[in-house]
Amino acid sequence: MTCQELTEVLTDYLEGVMPPEDVARLEAHLELCEGCVTYVDQMRETIRTVRALRVEEVEATVPDDVVEAFRAWKRGEPLPGT
Amino acid sequence: MITSDEQILAALKRGDEAAFIQLVELHQTLMLRIARRYVRSSAVAEEVVQETWLGVLNGLERFEGRASLKTWIFRILTNRAISRAEREGRTIPLSEFEPAVDPDRFRSEGDPYAGGWKAFPASWDALPEERLLARETLALVGEAIAKLPERQHLVILMRDIEGWSAGEVCEALEISEANQRVLLHRARSKVRRVLESYLEPELVLT
Repeated sequence: MTCQELTEVLTDYLEGVMPPEDVARLEAHLELCEGCVTYVDQMRETIRTVRALRVEEVEATVPDDVVEAFRAWKRGEPLPGT
Repeated sequence: MITSDEQILAALKRGDEAAFIQLVELHQTLMLRIARRYVRSSAVAEEVVQETWLGVLNGLERFEGRASLKTWIFRILTNRAISRAEREGRTIPLSEFEPAVDPDRFRSEGDPYAGGWKAFPASWDALPEERLLARETLALVGEAIAKLPERQHLVILMRDIEGWSAGEVCEALEISEANQRVLLHRARSKVRRVLESYLEPELVLT
């Protein structure tokens, strides 16, 4: 496995869906290649950073029309536009 | 607090308005955010989300529970958003192949080490602990994600920001596991590239 190949299959590895023989090749490559170890670290850090964008949901407002639709549905009335 | 799909469904079928409102509150923000990626304006996105709830109510009797309630709702949402986008004359482009890393970073064919790094990426370990999570960095990452092609954007949003499983994303977007991974791969690789060029000046290159 070359470094370039590793950068293209890394998500399969991190997602845990890579066939075992490919995992072995990838890990053998990492044993020998400091650059790719750094690359994998960077990708893990990237994922961690993206995860940090999660915000506690601000209370969503429920539109009146949606509540009205629920009441109409409950009464068995046909709903518009569907 | 109602939690399981069965409980929510039973409550809805009983006509429990509080349960319905709780369900809407839970998903509304993300639904608007997703719809907005497909259509021209926030107003249209709100309409699409509203139509989705009508679709959910109308489909409730037929919902079989093969998918989770959440992914079923988001599937209705994305289908409606896509058809609305098509009516607006927009098309959702397929992601084109884009290498994870600029090919110039690797030794070219003919070189005995073809496909190997010309220069190793610089380690981020030297950065101060809080550097990656600094407000400015997060803003940059948020911008990079906003600029991704639609489907890459949705996958990284659902997987990494919202914390959905791969299976849930596949169900909601009606895509294969392999396709989901390709989109996630492109999206994460792009964000890494943006971070790398942003952080580079701060790193001592070795």
